[in-house]
Amino acid sequence: MIAQNIGFWIIAVLMIVAALRVVTTNNVVHAALWLVVVLAGAAGQYILLAAEFVAITQVLVYIGAVMVLFLFGTMLTRARIGAESDLNNSYKKLGIPVGLIMLVAMGLALTRSFGAEKLPDSAKVVSTQEVSDQIFGPYLLPFWALSFVLLAAVIGAIVLARKD
Amino acid sequence: MYVNQFLFLASVLFCIGVYGVIARKNAVLILMSIELILNSVNINLLTFALRNGSTDGHTFALYIIAVAAAEVGVGLGLVLLVYRNKKTISVDDLSEMRG
Repeated sequence: MIAQNIGFWIIAVLMIVAALRVVTTNNVVHAALWLVVVLAGAAGQYILLAAEFVAITQVLVYIGAVMVLFLFGTMLTRARIGAESDLNNSYKKLGIPVGLIMLVAMGLALTRSFGAEKLPDSAKVVSTQEVSDQIFGPYLLPFWALSFVLLAAVIGAIVLARKD
Repeated sequence: MYVNQFLFLASVLFCIGVYGVIARKNAVLILMSIELILNSVNINLLTFALRNGSTDGHTFALYIIAVAAAEVGVGLGLVLLVYRNKKTISVDDLSEMRG
């Protein structure tokens, strides 16, 4: 458990620093690369939470596909790639109290609800088979709906981005 | 490991994402902040899946990943369209609906 705790705190600090850089850096490409650190750290946390299939999917979908989309979006919408000064809007200061108030509220709620409750010590890793039994069993209808959502998104993105 | 350490990490990421959505005006960076928020929700779901010894959270997390991928695809398509029409992706300049 101690090794897992050390791993958790290293990855957590890395994720928080990287997330702060994503929302404060002046360079869109740097923001995308810091986002990769956050997403990879999230995959590590999923493994600590005994969710190996979700972790692998996170690496494939987010780091593989979504990041490529973001970098293409950056490339196609801007002539130059480099530091920019006008990425934040004028009421940027408003975001700090909003974020802090939400954090304090959620922190109080979590401390009151869960206190020092521990996760089960001898959790076994959830196998891919169990997850697929869930998806293709009780959750089959949402899975179909999801495939229609993806189809609609693909067609919609093509229609939107096509040059007439 | 405590339940709360994962939930606190998720709430910190969530608040950073909310700050990003408020403070940024570049549309691509707003989409990145939304990804931060979606990831924090996934950490929450998987924490509760482990706490309750159920696999439902894994299914929900996978569905969220799929919906997030669709959202990024459509969102960037919209951003490209806005850029083509207005030559900017700053959301402060898209004020045509303002009365």
